Order: sequence, then structure tokens, then C-alpha cells
Amino acid sequence: MTGLVAILIIVLIAVIVVQIGRLSEIAAKIRGEEEVEERSNNKTAVYLLLFLVAFLAFCFISGWMYKDRMLGYGPHSAASEHGSDLDGLFNITLFWTGIVFVITHIALFWFSYKYRAQKNRKAYFFPHSTRLEIIWTVVPTFVLVYLVVSGLRIWNDVMFDVDPEDDYIEIEATGYQFAWDLRYPGPDGKLGTKDFRKIDLATNPLGQDWTDPKNIDDFQPTEIVLPKGKKVRVRINSKDVLHNFYLPHFRVKMDAVPGLPTYFVFTPSKTTEEYGQQLRDYPEYQELADPTDPESAQRWEEFEFELACAELCGKGHYSMRRLVKIVEPAEYEQWLAEQSSYYMSNIRNTENDPFKGQLLDIEILERDRELTSEFKTAIDAEESSAVIRLKNVFFETGSAELKDDSKYELNKLASLINESEGISVKITGHTDNTGDNDANIVLSKDRANAVVNYLSDKGVSGLTAQGYGSSQPVDSNDTEEGRKNNRRTEIIITK
Amino acid sequence: MSDVLTQKQDELDILIEEQGYDDHFHDHHHGDKYQSNFIGHYIFSMDHKIIARQFLITGIFWAIIGAAMSIVFRLQLGFPEADLTWIKPLLGKWIVVENGIGTLSPEFYYALVTMHGTILVFFVLTAGLSGTFSNLLIPLQIGARDMASPFLNMLSYWFFFLAGCVMFYSLFLSTGPFSGGWTGYPPLSALPQASSGSGTGMTLWLISLTLFVVSVLLGGINYITTVLNLRTKGMSMWRMPLPIWAFFVTAVLGLLSFPVLASGFFMLMFDRGLGTSFFLSEIFIEGQALDRVGGSPILFQHLFWFLGHPEVYIIILPAMGIVSEVLSVHARKPIFGYQAMVLSILAIGFLSFIVWAHHMFMSGVNPFLSNFFVVFTLIIAVPSAVKVFNWITTLYGGNIRFNSAMLFAIGFVSMFISGGLTGIFLGNSAIDIQMHDTYFVVAHFHIVMGIAAFFGMFAGVYHWFPRMFSRFMNETLGRIHFWVTLIGAYAIFWPMHYLGIAGVPRRYYSFDTFDAFKHFGPMNQFITIAAIVVFSVQILFVINFFYSIFKGRKMKVKNPYGANTLEWTTPIEAGHGNWPGKIPSVHRWAYDYGKDGKEFVPQIIPMEEGEQAGDAAH
Repeated sequence: MTGLVAILIIVLIAVIVVQIGRLSEIAAKIRGEEEVEERSNNKTAVYLLLFLVAFLAFCFISGWMYKDRMLGYGPHSAASEHGSDLDGLFNITLFWTGIVFVITHIALFWFSYKYRAQKNRKAYFFPHSTRLEIIWTVVPTFVLVYLVVSGLRIWNDVMFDVDPEDDYIEIEATGYQFAWDLRYPGPDGKLGTKDFRKIDLATNPLGQDWTDPKNIDDFQPTEIVLPKGKKVRVRINSKDVLHNFYLPHFRVKMDAVPGLPTYFVFTPSKTTEEYGQQLRDYPEYQELADPTDPESAQRWEEFEFELACAELCGKGHYSMRRLVKIVEPAEYEQWLAEQSSYYMSNIRNTENDPFKGQLLDIEILERDRELTSEFKTAIDAEESSAVIRLKNVFFETGSAELKDDSKYELNKLASLINESEGISVKITGHTDNTGDNDANIVLSKDRANAVVNYLSDKGVSGLTAQGYGSSQPVDSNDTEEGRKNNRRTEIIITK
Repeated sequence: MSDVLTQKQDELDILIEEQGYDDHFHDHHHGDKYQSNFIGHYIFSMDHKIIARQFLITGIFWAIIGAAMSIVFRLQLGFPEADLTWIKPLLGKWIVVENGIGTLSPEFYYALVTMHGTILVFFVLTAGLSGTFSNLLIPLQIGARDMASPFLNMLSYWFFFLAGCVMFYSLFLSTGPFSGGWTGYPPLSALPQASSGSGTGMTLWLISLTLFVVSVLLGGINYITTVLNLRTKGMSMWRMPLPIWAFFVTAVLGLLSFPVLASGFFMLMFDRGLGTSFFLSEIFIEGQALDRVGGSPILFQHLFWFLGHPEVYIIILPAMGIVSEVLSVHARKPIFGYQAMVLSILAIGFLSFIVWAHHMFMSGVNPFLSNFFVVFTLIIAVPSAVKVFNWITTLYGGNIRFNSAMLFAIGFVSMFISGGLTGIFLGNSAIDIQMHDTYFVVAHFHIVMGIAAFFGMFAGVYHWFPRMFSRFMNETLGRIHFWVTLIGAYAIFWPMHYLGIAGVPRRYYSFDTFDAFKHFGPMNQFITIAAIVVFSVQILFVINFFYSIFKGRKMKVKNPYGANTLEWTTPIEAGHGNWPGKIPSVHRWAYDYGKDGKEFVPQIIPMEEGEQAGDAAH
């Protein structure tokens, strides 16, 4: 029914419109066509002139109204070092094209008005003028050459890749339908290799090759955090279709292409907080961030830089958002220290770990530091004796034979004991409660002895060994986790 | 004035018989077997004038569909919270009703955006504009009986029709039409798993556009041959009216660039169906790593834009030609700098082939390569600027009649200036870093090749309507149409520049996710309302068009505008073969308006003794 009414209304409007048209024609016939034509010609000429004035006014006023919301104007200066060059070039271009825009429009509509048809005037036969044509070929050429030269100078500066000698941070963004995976290189400063065939959404979203040691410390944060003033090279990848890594406030944009890594180099020049402060004086940013909640903060207080996708990638194209936080360098270092590597937290010692059951250099170093500090604490402590657990001392199952990997911890221990004076060290072995109790005592004693023998070979003397079997558990024997904790080798340092 | 014209017409007819060229056309076509029945006359017609009308009306059909689509997705952008349940009868499952509120699904939003682009660029502004006016004007203005091959010409239309049928069918697929953008970039377009529209929708899209390429090539080769071989006696290349130059260069561009697009399409079809990897490499999608390596998605972009950039000139050159003619006729003045106009058309045509990568500054091509494309892109602004200055100078000192055709021609110049100038921003790669794929681009190309081309088309339709249908369109409605379209089009697209400068990306279904983009609600509403108004007034044009075909004011004289070109020397109801007797021969260029005190001197009038040629260059 509604449809029918709608159709009827449309038909009615059509009929009315046609009648209006016919009416004007009939009126023209009655009044005499020429007179009507001349009058309407004059009227139209005036309308064209009015349009010119209104149009130019609209352009300038609307531009002024929106300037605080546009990038490059009002509070929206670029947040990267190259960004202000781009904004400057934009404004130079706006200046020149603005002049052309205004002059040509005035000429177009003014001539239309001035040379409207009049009965007794004849058109001026003016087929061409070589001089005029040369002028308006040459003048635009000069302006354009100027714009091209300034543009290309900036372009080649901006797009230049980093020099390996430079001091820069390299991070990686990988687009997929419909989000971004981010990756930081970790302490080694290098992103590890990856291969799309190794991608497994549950355990390896980027397809990192875990045999590449550069991957061990790479971490995958959920937001981009960068220090102010440091050059950043973003390596841009895609897993599936085209995406585009777009940071509007930083004037950064580059397609993410599957199979072809791209990059963009930029230097953030303002922290998130500084940029928010920049906005605070403008009424647009004093509005409530959440208009429905009168308690919410003002927009400038909640300001965040954003990462968006700018290449159509499917139905979720409009939702690929990540936050970008620019902080002071000290804060950045602190943030870095809090991040944990993807490998360590998700891959280490799982079935996907090619180094499962082996110690990594990084773990050995870390343990060396830990052991040294535990040893020092024990010696400096007021108590006369202290227990240190030898975490990285391993035996073959059911035997007292030391595994190869134990040597790192024991070598370090040997040097620590040799460097200290006036202490005596006892090695103790412990087992869980499974199996025969007597056998456990024998095994733990044998293992403690094996450690003593190894240390003696490294020149440590005066060590004693004891096996406790399962008599001194530190954890419950009811769980696998607890039993694992109970199987251990310790040293007791006595001053 | 009409009496004078009638009297003059009779003299001119005598002149054609005296001076004209006898090709014995009517000796061979007794009874005109080509037009003997309804089907032969109106459907499978080989008469260029009928084919032109077929192109125009099909173009109008597609323009309405394409524009209506834009209204639907503008509703989503302007009024994201509005209830769209009322369009559910039309769009069915693509309107998702939740809690009584119907919203447009994102998949279909992207399908609409894609179809809008494809339809408008190819079906309306290529076939509808160049197809209509090349067909109508080339034989008429150069003094030919018809196209060089009327049969190929007919095929050209029917391939276009077929392309339209396939595309139309794809709109009703359960998986939806193609939704990966009118540029169809792989891998999105190559992998059905990437998007529902990339399944059957994309297959049909490719088939449809391949048929369309065939249509363009058949048409183009015909236009070129006709212009080169069938010019009447005295019609040297330098005497051709500017529309003919424009159509000629357009056809050359199409002939050189569309095959490249077709090759890209074939490779894409192979990637989709035969397991090749032209455009695919290292893809992990839907939990699976594809066994495709070694291809490059960027290769497709090169092939696409090698057509795509000439394509925008294929769209705008015919509009430029039409506008040059209309401005000159109604200003009663010669077009200023005819030779410069021709040379700039040629320069634009040539340069349009070496600027394509300016669409790809941020796509991962070597940044060094972009340097060349920046230079050529900005060079192309020079011939464009020359054209603008020449149009304006054509108005200077004129005696201007403001009818709908002239108003749209003036509007075209304004649009071309506004949209052309923003091209200088985008063509400079450094600015493009920020502006690429934002609403600034949307504003730029809609104004310069969308609205401007439409203005050229409207100017042409209003101007040559009497030539096509022997009746005039209604002037009052034409002026309402002009004013609302002019103001409305700026109201739609001018604010988009601000969105773009604020960094708002194009092709976003919703802006709510991003704090930087979501605070432009009122502006988006304003744009949507303006779009609805402009759309409604186009319906007014369509009503005026069809009404005037049957009921418009009759054309009483052969040459109602006092124009110089040959199409106005044919009978009011011109039959097959255009001229009843001999073909007129030509003695001068097409722009002797206001020369030696005469208001106009048609091309068929011989030079008087001692008369200088109007264009002093020869």
C-alpha cells in the first residue's frame, strides 16, 4: 500500500513538473518568444553572477569553519618530522591553485554575465592570439615546474630507505582480514625471518621461523609504542589481500602487499600527550568524548594516535584499528622492559619449539646472572647458611649421569665458589615420592656425588654431598608440576 | 530569426546540390532495405543515428541504477543509525534487521560502491557518453552517410548490451555482485575466500567487462576508420569540428589501452580458475597457506591503470569536444585557439599513456620510479590549462545565449577547473602520501571526471536533442535541472575535500571505529541530503527527456541554433544516409561565427573572393 502511494506521489510530481514546463512554453508563445528569451537570458546572466559570489563565499567560509578539524591546520600539525614538509607543500599548492581557481572562476562567470546576448550587439571575431596562448602555456609551466621540483625533493627525502649505519628502530606491521599484527625486534634489534607456510593461527600467527635466533626475542604487542624523536622504519606486510598502513597524524601511508614487503621511514616528533595538549584550546576538542556520558573526559584528554587501513580489503576494511602511542624515550625503555617475547611465552618447550629440551644462550646468560646474584645474596646474608637451587642441572632419567646442558650452570658455580673465601658448600640431591624409597635415596646421593665430582674436576675442593630421597619435598607430590619441583639438586652454603 | 534561417536553409540546400559530392548513394539503396521493418529500424539498426540513441537510452538506464546505488550507500554514511527496513523489499537479505532496525550489510555496502564505480565509469561515461555522441556526430559532422562499417557499429552496441545484461544479472546473485572496488585489485578479487563478492560476482564482472572491451574496440576502430576515410570533400583534418577531434583521439586511446585491460582480465581469470599465480604470492587466508608464489599484485595495478588512466581521458575528452562546440555556437564566436585546442587534445592523449602510475604512488612500487610519473602527471596539467583558458576566452566578447546546453557547458568549465586543480595536489607524490585513498581523491575525481563529464553529456544532450529526435527539450525544466545540479554537485563534493584533508579514508562503511574520523556526522548528513536532491533532479531530466521525445516543441527549421557544422544541413527527419541528395562539400573551418559582420557562415558556403580563412593559421 505504502509502495502504491509512493508511486502515485512520484507520478503526480512528474505530471506537475511536466505541466510547469509546458506552461512556461505556452507563456512564451503568448508573450512573444524573442522577448521572453531576452528577459530570461538577462536573468540567467545575473544568476550566474550571483552564483559566482555565493560559490566563492561558500568556499572561503566553509574552509575557515573546518580548519581546526583538518590536518595541517589549526591544532592538527603533523606529528612526524617529514609531515610538516608535506603540509607546507600542500599549502604552497593550495596558494597557487587557489589563485588560479579564483581568477578563472571570476573570468568565467563575469564574461558570461558581461557578454550575455543583446539585441544589437555582435560578437567579437577573435579566433586566436598566439601571444596570449604562449603566455598561458608558459606561466602554468613555470608554476608546475616549481611545484614538481619542491614536491620531488620532499618525496625523495621521505621515501629514502634507512642507511644500515643509522640509529633507528625497525618494527613490523602485518595486515590481514581484518586487523594488524605488530612485531618488535626485541633486545637484539633485529626482526627474525618468517615464512607464510609456517603460519598457524593458534601458535604462530606470523609464520616466524623459530630456528632463526633473531626470532627468539621478537615480541608482539597489541599497540604501537614508539619513542619521540627516534627514526622508525616500519616493515609493512600482508598475509592475504592488499591493505594499507595508514597513520593519518604522521602523514604515513603505504600499501601492505602479500609477497612483497614494503616500508615507510618516519620520525615521530610529538608524544601523544603533547598532541593532546595542542588540541585542548579548541572548542571542537573540549566536547565530551562520550556525548551520552556527562562524566566523561573532554576529547583532547582522550586523544590517541591511530593506525588505520587505507586500501579496500573486504567487508571489515573500516575496522582495522590499532592505537599508536608516542612516549618519551625513558618511558619507551620501560615499556620495552615489560614486554615478553612471543617465543618465550608461547613457544618455548612446546612441541613447536625446535630447541625443546635444550638451553638457549639467552637462558644460560640469564641463569648466570641469576645464580651470581643468588650466590652473592647468600654470602652477604646475616644467616649462617643458605640454600640455592641449581635450576639448570639435569640428569638422564633414572640415572646419575649429568646431562650435557648442566655444564653451564656447574661451570659458573665452580667459578663462583672458587672466587669466594670462608665458605663451605654441601651438594644435596632430592627426588619425588614415586618409586622405591631406598632406591630414591641412593639415586639422590649418587646425583649429588656426580655434581661434586664435576665441580672437583673444575678445581673446587672441600665439597660434601648428601642424598635425601623424597624426604624433603618443597611442593606437593600429588601433581606432576609439584613432583617436578621436588626432583632437584641444591647447594647449601655455610659461612 | 527563424524566417531568416528558413530562407537561408533553402539556399543552402541548393548549394549542397550544386557544390556537393555525388556518391551515388541513393542509386544503390532503393527502398532502403536496412530500415524496412520495426526490428531492422529500431532494434538491430545499422543506422548510426539510431545506434547513438540506443547508447544514450541504455546509458540513462544505467545512470539511474548507478546513481540510485550511490544514494543507498550515502544513506549508510550520512545516517548510519537510520532504519532502512523500508528498502528491504528491494534489497532483501542485504538489509539486516535487528531489534526492528534495518541496517545495510557491509558486504553489500562494498558491492554498491563497486557497482556504482563500474557502472558509471564504463557503462555511463564511456558507452553512454562517447558511444552516443561519437555515433551521432562523427558521420554527421564530417559529412558521411554512416560509419565505415555499420554492421560492426551495430555489434558494438549489442556487445555493450550483452555486457550490461551480465552485469545486471550479477546484481541478483545470492553471494552478491563483485565488491572489491571498481579497480578490482587482486588478491581480493582473485580469491573467492577473501570476500563473498569475489565468487560468482567477480566471474560475471570479468565476463561483462570483457564483453564491454569488445564493444569499445569495435566502436573505436569504426570511429577511427570513419574519421580518417569518410570525410567529405574539403573536410581536411584541420577543418574538423572539435568534437570530432575529441572522439577521434578518444577512440585511439581506447583502441590502445583497452586490450591491455583485457590482458589483465585474462590473467586474473587464469589466477581464479586455472591455478596460475600472475598476481598471487605468499598468501595465507582462511587458515590455509595457498600454494601460489612468485606473482605480484602490483602487476595487475600496472595493467589496470595503463587502461585506467587513459580511461579518464576517454571519459573527459568527448565532454571537452562537446563543450568546445556548444560554447562556440552559443557564444556566437569562434572557439578561441582552435589549433591549440586540437594540439592540447593530442598532447593530453599522448601524455595520458605515461602517467598511469600516479595511481600507485603508495602501492609499493619503487619510489624512484614515481619521480617520472610525477613529472608527466603535472605536465598534463599544461594542455588542460590551455583548454580552460581558451574556453574562457571564447566567452570573452561573445553574444551569449543561455540555454540549457550553454549553461551546462559553462558549468563544465567550472567543474573542470575545480576538479583539475585538486589533481595538481594528488599528482605530486609527496602530497599524495597523505591524500591517497582519502575523500580528497573522491572529491577530485568525481568533480573532474564524474560531474564534469556529466555536464558535458548534458550539454550535448540538450544541444543535439533536436538533431536526435527532431524536437526540443523543455527549457524551463532544463534550467531547473542545471541550477540544482550545479549547486547540488558542489554541495556534495566540495565538503569531501575537507574530509580528505582531515584524513578520512574512502571506502569506509562506518567511521565510528576511529576517533579521528567519526566526528564528521553533520557534514556526512549534509552530503547525503545534497546527493538525494541532485538525484531527484536527474529524475526530472529523465522525465523531460522522454516527455520531449514525444511531446517536445517541434523543430521547425533545420538549423535552429545558427550553427556552422554539417549536422544542421540534413533534413529535420534525417533518414538513413543522412542527406537526401548529394553529400555537402566543405569550404571552410567550422567556427566562422561573427566573421566579417555575418552572424555565422556554415562550412558548406564557399569562400568569397579574397576572404581570409577564419583560422588564420592556414
